[in-house]
Amino acid sequence: MSTIAIIDYGMGNLRSVAKALEQVAPQAQVLVTQQRDDILRADRVVFPGQGSIRDCMRELAHWNLTEVVREAALNKPFLGLCLGPQALLAFSEENGGVECLNVLPGRVVWFGELCDPQTGERLKVPHMGWNQVHQIGNHPLWQGISQDSRFYFVHSYYLQSAEPSLVVGETWYGFNFASAIARDNIFAVQFHPEKSAQAGLRLLANFADWNP
Amino acid sequence: MGLAKRIIPCLDVDRGRVVKGVKFVEIRDAGDPVEIARRYDQQGADEITFLDITASSDDRETMVHVVEQVASQVFIPLTVGGGIRTLDDVRRMLNAGADKVSINTAAIARPEFVREAAERFGNQCIVVAIDAKAVHQDGETPRWEIFTHGGRKPTGIDAVAWARRMNAYGAGEILLTSMDRDGTKRGFNLELTRAISEAVSIPVIASGGVGTLDHLAEGILLGKADAVLAASIFHFAEYTIEQAKRHMQARGIEVRL
Repeated sequence: MSTIAIIDYGMGNLRSVAKALEQVAPQAQVLVTQQRDDILRADRVVFPGQGSIRDCMRELAHWNLTEVVREAALNKPFLGLCLGPQALLAFSEENGGVECLNVLPGRVVWFGELCDPQTGERLKVPHMGWNQVHQIGNHPLWQGISQDSRFYFVHSYYLQSAEPSLVVGETWYGFNFASAIARDNIFAVQFHPEKSAQAGLRLLANFADWNP
Repeated sequence: MGLAKRIIPCLDVDRGRVVKGVKFVEIRDAGDPVEIARRYDQQGADEITFLDITASSDDRETMVHVVEQVASQVFIPLTVGGGIRTLDDVRRMLNAGADKVSINTAAIARPEFVREAAERFGNQCIVVAIDAKAVHQDGETPRWEIFTHGGRKPTGIDAVAWARRMNAYGAGEILLTSMDRDGTKRGFNLELTRAISEAVSIPVIASGGVGTLDHLAEGILLGKADAVLAASIFHFAEYTIEQAKRHMQARGIEVRL
């Protein structure tokens, strides 16, 4: 039986992620775990997260998971969600500046004071609600999901990839930001597929079938 | 292309059962939160809000089970309000599968609670609910005050100043109910909604008074709300969520269809 490990390092509730994966991949064993061996032995790994990046990096270190995450991101299908992809980059502006895992090149930047360039209206932060993701390229995780489908977002910081080639999804919020990045066995999204109804469930199903 | 304005149906839950009846065709049990939430999800609701109106704190545990059940089957964001007073209440609801909790009376009793909850669990999951009523006379500069106990008890707190303060304390969103409109079907208090929305940098959900689909559109277009919440027009099957969204779209509002 194939196993999917969801890394539990105390940053946010993972129940919804687990339930959504169980729904789309009934043949898989879904584990919410902080055990190093579970994570390294699993066929697939999900790296979620909510809250602040400082707490995220601190909790990873606290549970001795920093190196485990790096190792899992090297070779097996690896899905980052929300704060997960932010932690994968080199550096985040949040909390006065935090060094992150540096698995992928890039930094995490605050939305700040935003205006819609067309209407001049102020845009609220957090960026909260359903926004469109414009798929770039034919990544297998987009299979069966219509171009520009809406997903549920809630975040105040965004991904700024240092390599444009890593960006596989873009979203407009006063400007275009990277809402999905990927490289080799890694796919990471700023939005919450586990809360994004059919489109989100399809993305999770694609992940459960993905063999990069 | 861009962020959609949200429509959020709100369900009152008493001891684990939805009250005030929901009229769906083909629904077996109008009191079952799971069945109703699933139906709203199918109609295209962008989120669902549960308001726990259980009087006795002994029965509060029931709400945790409701959230667990709904969150295992409905994959859109869920907010839970009513009786959230401690960090432990917040933690239990989030662990049960809620994405956000809405804090009302406890914030007024001790504003620092909002700061503590936002720091512990992240701004994204802390909604501050504000129940406000107009207190100015005709011809005076508009002024709104926070009321508690279903709009009966004045607090002396200015609603706009309070919204700014809650924003500064780390609230991720504001759920604004105009108490003088709630239940009237005369539409949102647009002046109040706009005053609050323009005073804060976080999203505002307008609530209270929806009777027609135009009211929903006006909350966005004139009230400058980021989302609209309604109960009775959806429960009594006057309109479906999808009809509401098509109407809003026809008025130039970006929605998720």
